[in-house]
Amino acid sequence: MTDIGAALPKPRVDVWPALTPLLVAAVAAPFIGSTSTFVTLTLASLAMGAMLFVMASGLTLAFGMMDVLNFGHGAFIAVGAYSATVVYRFAAPLAGGSLALDLLVFVAALVFAALVCGALGFVYEKLLVAPVYGRHLEQILITIGGAIVIEQLLLALFGTEPIDLSPPLAFRGSLSFGEIAIEKYRLVALALGLALFVAQLVVLSRTRIGLLIRAGVENREMVEALGYRIDRLFVGVFMAASALAGIGGVLWGIYQNQARAGMGGELLVLVFIVIIIGGLGSVTGCLIGATLVALISNYAGFLAPKLALVSNILLMVVVLLWRPRGLYPLGAR
Amino acid sequence: MTQTLTLDGVHTHIGRYHILHGVDLDAPLGRTTMLLGRNGAGKTTTLRTIMGLWRASRGTIRLGERRLDGERPSEIARAGVAYVPETMAIFSDLSVRENLVLAARAGLMDEARLAWIFGFFPALKKFWASRAGGLSGGQKQMLSIARALVEPRALLLIDEPTKGLAPAIVDGLIACLKDIKQRGATILMVEQNFRVAREVGDFVCVMDNGRIVYAGDMAALAEDRALQGRLLGLSLDSHQ
Repeated sequence: MTDIGAALPKPRVDVWPALTPLLVAAVAAPFIGSTSTFVTLTLASLAMGAMLFVMASGLTLAFGMMDVLNFGHGAFIAVGAYSATVVYRFAAPLAGGSLALDLLVFVAALVFAALVCGALGFVYEKLLVAPVYGRHLEQILITIGGAIVIEQLLLALFGTEPIDLSPPLAFRGSLSFGEIAIEKYRLVALALGLALFVAQLVVLSRTRIGLLIRAGVENREMVEALGYRIDRLFVGVFMAASALAGIGGVLWGIYQNQARAGMGGELLVLVFIVIIIGGLGSVTGCLIGATLVALISNYAGFLAPKLALVSNILLMVVVLLWRPRGLYPLGAR
Repeated sequence: MTQTLTLDGVHTHIGRYHILHGVDLDAPLGRTTMLLGRNGAGKTTTLRTIMGLWRASRGTIRLGERRLDGERPSEIARAGVAYVPETMAIFSDLSVRENLVLAARAGLMDEARLAWIFGFFPALKKFWASRAGGLSGGQKQMLSIARALVEPRALLLIDEPTKGLAPAIVDGLIACLKDIKQRGATILMVEQNFRVAREVGDFVCVMDNGRIVYAGDMAALAEDRALQGRLLGLSLDSHQ
């Protein structure tokens, strides 16, 4: 065929979105003034961004692939945090024994939260989401209803008072480097967020299931026409998204020192801003979006606390004016 | 002759629109059947209905002895039906290799078969690791067809493979389709380009208003200009 040898256009390496967090930090630095304050704020933002990423990454995959507006995603964040309180209650005798024991209990809390939320996600998808595929208005209504039911169940099971969810002893306190102080737990959250980012990239790029998810984000019908049960893939992605929300809930709950039934709902706006900024379905975009949201929140909170209330909406407006489909949009369906 | 694919009185509704009005069609084993007709006659809907992407509201679709109507597209694909849509529907975010990996459901791709595909479509070998979204229109069409060929299939459904392609690329595609034919593939192909249809097709079915209005040998239709004009409503000289 004639154009068999035609050279491909050089793939455009789109680095500008990835550089935006650096740009934001560079712009903010002179206004903040003190180097130690700037570094402390920036590291705190990166940790917050990592936690937001964990909570949002599942939603962006589910949204991008399944075209489902899950307004109940926040409820899974709360369920994750409450699941951690259960593990900590049972593991109380072990707490503070050693770094290894604290780490073990922390990992157990993460795994338990992921399992509980994954299983709940399975039921939620079958009962609420599957019947309204492709019907956005009904999805919004039914998933908000689902979130209310889950929230009320949490209140009934655990009571109306917030439950303490302090960091393990080994993760408390700060590391100091001169005038720069970094909370240990924030470093843990940052490391875990980055590890989950790398894990998702590896799964999406190196495994067959990852290829199917990426293909499904772009063209669900063709994935089915190639012989794959897209509905089963949907359930799997939804369970993984719910599990990630649960893990994010554990991280955020410990960061806030408490589990509350309403915590997920309060975070949902931020989570949606993250995935819209990042580009629906894009894990890398989600990380960049989460980092930007965290940086802007913290810098604005320090420099102009009143501005902090609307800073993320302004960020979203600016990003969407620049890139209407988000920072790293995937192929149009 | 064994009828590999048989449609019997197939009706399809899309929303409130009644598109197919009782399609009867046989696509013989190991032969290429062309599905021709004016725009909006129901050709693409027929392929999509066979593939299960639209649900037949009435009638039966059989592949050999197996009934396909009512099955999910994934089950139909696993029964050995490959679909090359008009839109090509390649996964642009995936590489050429990844597109083919997904099409090879058995797992590893057969090296000899891959070499055969590369014989027709060297560009796919050249751009093996490149993102499919960056391919040219012709290369994307190659990838779309290669995806259907990467494993042996009982039936290939191909929808307008030459649409929008340069004439020189169409010639290459004709050569490819002829070779696929010679390997014994059963093909049902929608095509607007009568030259392609004449060169590749063994049999022809002409659709109009959601029905098959003519079925016969491609050669017979190709020789009968009056019939062409009546069935297809065009002067074929301008399409040759």
